[in-house]
Amino acid sequence: MILLIIQFSVLLLVASTALAVVLTRDPAKQTIGLSFFGLLIALMFFVFQAPDVALSQIVVGAVALPMLIMLGLAEVRRHRGERTRGKSGKSK
Amino acid sequence: MSPRIRLALFVISLLGFAAIFAAGARELKPVGQYPGPYGDVLNAAAVPERHTTDVVTAINFDYRGFDTLGEEFILFGSVMGVLLLLRQTQDERRKENPEEEAGGGPQASDAMRGFTLALVGPLAVFGLYIVLHGQLTPGGGFQGGLIIATAPLMVYLSGRLEEFKAVTSPHVIEVAEAVGAGGFALAGFLGLLAGRNFLANVLPLGKTGNVFSSGTILLISVLTGIEVAAGIVLAIRAFLEHALEIELKGGKTR
Repeated sequence: MILLIIQFSVLLLVASTALAVVLTRDPAKQTIGLSFFGLLIALMFFVFQAPDVALSQIVVGAVALPMLIMLGLAEVRRHRGERTRGKSGKSK
Repeated sequence: MSPRIRLALFVISLLGFAAIFAAGARELKPVGQYPGPYGDVLNAAAVPERHTTDVVTAINFDYRGFDTLGEEFILFGSVMGVLLLLRQTQDERRKENPEEEAGGGPQASDAMRGFTLALVGPLAVFGLYIVLHGQLTPGGGFQGGLIIATAPLMVYLSGRLEEFKAVTSPHVIEVAEAVGAGGFALAGFLGLLAGRNFLANVLPLGKTGNVFSSGTILLISVLTGIEVAAGIVLAIRAFLEHALEIELKGGKTR
């Protein structure tokens, strides 16, 4: 019974966090939310008796994936800055 | 497309999906009730046959070891792809002193630096523990390798870019990546050399419950751990280097 309540509340948490991540508009903030979502998914795997998957999900979902997205975002922003500045310098 | 049509399309597809999902979920067995025979067969066979108390690891590295070999080379291929994409191209150059130039952003707080630095050792040890105990408790090469890979990441997060680069020297990490990936395939050939199947166990099984038990499962788990840790570290390093140290030629924006 207690396990059922825990499972249900974790599922509810995962669903609401997923909604929050989707509804966030700013990619950087979205990535922080995604990291928290990854942690909750790991908790969900654990509560549903899949500790093997939970162990890899903690690192992949909460650390590695958000980190790579963050670095990718930084790269995109930097390139956009360099390119627009380069263009305005030439045309004007 | 106007917002109204978009909303209508969304509602239609949502209703359709909900109907199919509900119909599918109605047939589902409750959590933990598995109708097929394989789970029970493997649960009964793994301990006497392979001396592993974690059946998931026995499946990953023995019963379906060939699948895991494929998965490992997926990771290997993706890491190679990342390295290829993020290499320094002809219109890019290395910044002369990236640490000074990157000084525009906010510095990490002392608490963050101290905490992440204190985590380096425990994470590395915990990762090694997970790799070596894969045959006994949940975990194994893949999970442990990922955890080990976060240790150098903590070095970077504690604000030590130079130390991070020293710890993750590509000469060492690339060799580790190759040894891990190639070693798995070669461990499979041990079975062939002994006149048995590919990936068949040829090593002594040891006593159930000991760390040094389960024969090739432990060997392959360790090799996978090396490969995964090295692969993730290489990918993170490539991203970090490209974001922090490489800029377009001529673009003196910083």
